Amino acid sequence: MSGALQSSRAPLLTTYALLVYAFLYFPIVVLVVYSFNGSGVGGFPPSGWTFDWYRQLFADASLWDAVLNSFIVAAVAVAISLGLGLPAALALDRAQFPGKALFRRLVLLPLILPGIITGLSLLMLFVGVGMKLSLVTVTLGHGTALISVATTEIFAGLQKMDRAQEEASLDLGANHWKTFWRITFPNLKVSLIAAALLIFTLSLDEIAVTFFLIGRDNTLPLEIWSRLRRGITPEINAISTLILLFSISTILIWYRLRTRTQHAGESPAEAAMLPSSLEGEHS
Amino acid sequence: MNASGSPVPVERGPVEVLLSIQKVEKQFAGRPVLCGISLDVASGEFLTILGESGSGKTTLLRLIAGFEHLDSGEIRMAGERLDQIPAHRREVNTVFQSYAIFPHLSVFENVAYGLRAKSVARAEIPPRVTQALAMVKMSEFSQSAPSRLSGGQQQRVALARALVNRPRVLLLDEPLSALDANLRRQMQVELKSLQREVGITFIFVTHDQEEAMALSDRVALLRAGRLEQVAEPREIYGQPATAYAAQFIGQTNLLRAEVRDGIANAGPMAWPSAGPSGAATFSLRPEAIRLSSAPQGARPAGGTAHFHGRVQNQTFGGAMDLVEIDCGNSHILRARIPSPGPLVGQQEFEFAASDAVRVREGGGS
Repeated sequence: MSGALQSSRAPLLTTYALLVYAFLYFPIVVLVVYSFNGSGVGGFPPSGWTFDWYRQLFADASLWDAVLNSFIVAAVAVAISLGLGLPAALALDRAQFPGKALFRRLVLLPLILPGIITGLSLLMLFVGVGMKLSLVTVTLGHGTALISVATTEIFAGLQKMDRAQEEASLDLGANHWKTFWRITFPNLKVSLIAAALLIFTLSLDEIAVTFFLIGRDNTLPLEIWSRLRRGITPEINAISTLILLFSISTILIWYRLRTRTQHAGESPAEAAMLPSSLEGEHS
Repeated sequence: MNASGSPVPVERGPVEVLLSIQKVEKQFAGRPVLCGISLDVASGEFLTILGESGSGKTTLLRLIAGFEHLDSGEIRMAGERLDQIPAHRREVNTVFQSYAIFPHLSVFENVAYGLRAKSVARAEIPPRVTQALAMVKMSEFSQSAPSRLSGGQQQRVALARALVNRPRVLLLDEPLSALDANLRRQMQVELKSLQREVGITFIFVTHDQEEAMALSDRVALLRAGRLEQVAEPREIYGQPATAYAAQFIGQTNLLRAEVRDGIANAGPMAWPSAGPSGAATFSLRPEAIRLSSAPQGARPAGGTAHFHGRVQNQTFGGAMDLVEIDCGNSHILRARIPSPGPLVGQQEFEFAASDAVRVREGGGS
């Protein structure tokens, strides 16, 4: 990895990197461009510049119903996964219990498992207990599948925290409960917000698990998917562009928050269990 | 120490024992960290727990604070069991090595934290915080965010945050170790005068023997989980109990001698020694060795030991020169001699027999 070697190979590497980026992002660029294309989805090159599809989109009530459903599902999924992920992360960080190493891996499992497996098993569970499939089951499914994301994010925040602060709080006469709310929780605030943003985004474009658990009302990705079966419309391109914008900005905020805490916390203990693959997986 | 469990009197005469540590044992994962520590701390005392890293000094402090639980033994405060009370209900406060200032609270709120946690009357809080901040000369930073403070300033806030609660014992865990040398000396002086001013018992942990000497009323020297010696700084320096204590605190020459008929013999040296016969180790401080004015043989005379040796090395040190003396048979003695001028070749030296302090060898593990 000498500097000389690096610079001599730079032109080749740069070209290669550009190709990879093109491969990754060209389809997305096409999607965005065609959402403004005057002659609809067909034909190359795109011709004419129009906002018609966006206009059409904003008049489409059933699509907006799906958007609203997705937002509700995502918001509740955030609440569920944070609510369950926080105690899990606390247990991983500070409790000693038999099988902790196993628990730590099992918490991550839903992240690695194909959505089909998670979806199918949740479906069997809900059917087994006699629950009717609806947005409620979808929400429960998202909440469950994304606990691992919440746990890893919060665990990373806990690892960065100076434990002496909590001891100082106890030392100054605050009991464990007060210490949690006045010291631990404020220290975790950034991690919690970051986790919420990430989970919200992930839930918003989730298909695999949703597909198994959906009832009568569609979430946005499923609405799009069902419309696609009737053929691609530029309207779909338009809504996808909007989702893309929304997701990118959420992820950017998440990333900013995260790097900020990394610089603020001086503890070098970077969480080993952090799923780095997540950072680039969903965009 | 005595089996009946009645408080053991402090060595320093009739002072009130505030904190009594009795036969405390602590292990981490089967590894003994503290082995049978018994120590009494007097009210208003400045006690330093001195030891190398890994000697167990921080663990002892954390046991008193309540962050660790002891395996056996007990800690009492004013006669009451302390070790069974949770940390947040102990009348003990800690200044942490990392200061552990709450980053999301202002300096004022950091200091007020303990008062609020203990539900001190609302009206009482501002004046007490203001007073505490004034005490550590941090009044003007009351509304600052901790991230804007230097290490020394954070240290002061940590002190104020602890003292504002008027604890019976203040624990300080190497609070000066992160400061640079100048600031450190200044803080030593301030810490000492602050302690006199508030009259609170300080238990100070450090690995720095000079700091321990400068600050403390008494020093408890800890080695591998055992107390090596507990004494006033002058005593621990002048009358070290063990070879380890003699070497850890200041510099010394360790003389391996053979005691027979009240005379100790070590190579070319001989001096009167009252102790029992047999092999013995003596500590002789470098400044106890003088140039001898009356050249004589190596015979003990009038409680003074004479010997001669070759000056091997001489380092100029201002008021005192460091002289290495080769006494033959690989006996090298280090002496601090006030302005001797250049010394060459064989010289006569002497020391008072009372300056050769018989010490215990070994101890610890």
